[in-house]
Amino acid sequence: MITPLDDFLEAAVRTATPLALAALGECVTERGGVINIGLEGAIVCGALAATIVAGTVGVAAGFAAGAAAGLLITLIFAIFTVYLRADQIITGTAITLLSLGLTGLVYKSFYGTTGVGLTIPTIGAVEIPLLSRIPVIGRALFAQPVITYALYVLVPLMAWWFMRTHSGLALRAVGESPDAAVAAGVRPRRVQALAVLFGGVMAGLAGSTLVLAQSGTFVENMSAGKGFIAIAIVVLGRWTPFGVAGAALLFGGASALQYLFQSLGWNEVPYQLFLALPYVLTLVVLARASGRAAAPAALARRKLTLG
Amino acid sequence: MNASARRLTAPLLRLAVLVAVTLVVLVALLVASGFDASTALQAMARGAFGSWYAITSATLVRAVPLALTGLAVAIAFRAGLLNIGAEGQLLAGAAAATATASLFGATPSALLLPLVLLAGVASGACWAGIASWLRQRFGVLEVISTIMLNFVALYVVGWLVRGPLQEPSKFYPQSMPLAKTLQLPALLEGTRLHVGALFAVTLAGAAWWWLRETAGGFRLRAVGMNPSAAATSGRIDVARVSMYAFLASGALAGLAGAVEVTGVTYALYDHSPGYGYTAIAVALLARLNPIGVLGTAVLFGALQAGGNAMQRDAGVPVALVNMVEAVLILLVIAGDRWRGSAR
Repeated sequence: MITPLDDFLEAAVRTATPLALAALGECVTERGGVINIGLEGAIVCGALAATIVAGTVGVAAGFAAGAAAGLLITLIFAIFTVYLRADQIITGTAITLLSLGLTGLVYKSFYGTTGVGLTIPTIGAVEIPLLSRIPVIGRALFAQPVITYALYVLVPLMAWWFMRTHSGLALRAVGESPDAAVAAGVRPRRVQALAVLFGGVMAGLAGSTLVLAQSGTFVENMSAGKGFIAIAIVVLGRWTPFGVAGAALLFGGASALQYLFQSLGWNEVPYQLFLALPYVLTLVVLARASGRAAAPAALARRKLTLG
Repeated sequence: MNASARRLTAPLLRLAVLVAVTLVVLVALLVASGFDASTALQAMARGAFGSWYAITSATLVRAVPLALTGLAVAIAFRAGLLNIGAEGQLLAGAAAATATASLFGATPSALLLPLVLLAGVASGACWAGIASWLRQRFGVLEVISTIMLNFVALYVVGWLVRGPLQEPSKFYPQSMPLAKTLQLPALLEGTRLHVGALFAVTLAGAAWWWLRETAGGFRLRAVGMNPSAAATSGRIDVARVSMYAFLASGALAGLAGAVEVTGVTYALYDHSPGYGYTAIAVALLARLNPIGVLGTAVLFGALQAGGNAMQRDAGVPVALVNMVEAVLILLVIAGDRWRGSAR
């Protein structure tokens, strides 16, 4: 029998998946010393590209298209921040505005200004035999779409890569001290550009997941701040892959609480309060987690030069 | 040409260049997305400048909240605070103004309208104060916290207009319309332009003078340019200056919200045209100069008014206008960097 708790935990993991994808990408970007506020834009671009391609070609192609869209929009960010050394925050904000406008425009020219009830093929949950029968956590962890299972491989892989490989060390060196990295024969700009672009691909995948594994439709501005929440998740996760995965799960849980309360029949609590909860949680979490010394030392080192 | 004349003509020249670049970007985007540029631009021009009514009641009415929120962003950015939360502070101001109006609406008095506006100002400042406190006390990046507060404000307004502030029939998600005595008077007879426009012009002038001529303005600019230098000078309390700048920024955005409610919508709704986000482009393209903000606010007011007409008459989605804003920001950054590397 499936209890409300099972449903809640399953929804928590499902909601956490796109957040974890985007946050793991941002984790790599920030380890390289760049903070990408344009993540939000890459997510919404990925979501729209996935919608268009999945509707015409297929779901797998949809994921690829989402990743490619995230890559392309982030390429602009990389050129501005890594090569022109422009302010990362301002550029990221502009990229987000650009993406929201672009997706709105493309969406309307593809599907008309009314946006008729658009349904896209989605990937269903794949139940893993035996494991999905484990009480309480079984369904939550092992009756999920394939993209969630990909995270189970990616998180340990990324942790190993950071700490045990030459290229992972080079990335961390660039984020901590670009000068020392240069002395060690690393080319900081190339490393930073690759780290930023990897973050774009992951954000594009996160957007694809929103459409192809969850809602099955595209809505304008559907990223709804998830890119910014992902940045908070990276802070809470102390810039480590396992920490980021755990933090994403916490936020997934906060978003899924509304389903739990609905199924328990607590309808007198206004639903807007549940919708606001992840954002409030982000503030609380940042207040608890900010300001300690785990951040890459050279993060966002580029002062505001306008005005 | 002497220095003071140059100081007057330089911003005008810059604005002219900006208008030209905006047109180029607009045409490029229209052509790239396969629309007939001349039909679209004609519709846009009609919507923004086609008649006296279009100028005053479409373009300038939108320029008022853009100028106030643009000033809010400019002051914060000048102090080195990346306040992306003008949208949330505007909503907080609009909500508090509506709440005050519905609380005291039954007792009309000449003092009530100023009180309603003050409630908006205070509420916007408080909403910004949360982000300011989180920054000072815990070192939370204000970029993230203000964006989160934007979403929280949107949901709080969504709850208010379906809960405590909902109109009496409990059917529409909006508040009760404001009493006539609580509506801002029209500035020009027969148009929708209200006296809020005077607030925007006055405050822009005051902010310009204050930043340039006063010790407080100097301290704010010093903190924005180099906080550690300002701190080591021993004469500037960086934390205090940052806090005041953040509160002033929120107060301006809150006023924008209160002015929208009392001057344009006459009720609280749970959707917003996103003035607080466009404000970032308004401030950056004015190079954070308060007087320049007035010019760019009119430019973006025209773009948005024209954009709506373009969507209606030429079938071009208004989202294209948002892209123009973003491309303009990127061009300004690129231009700055290019010149910066030449120095």
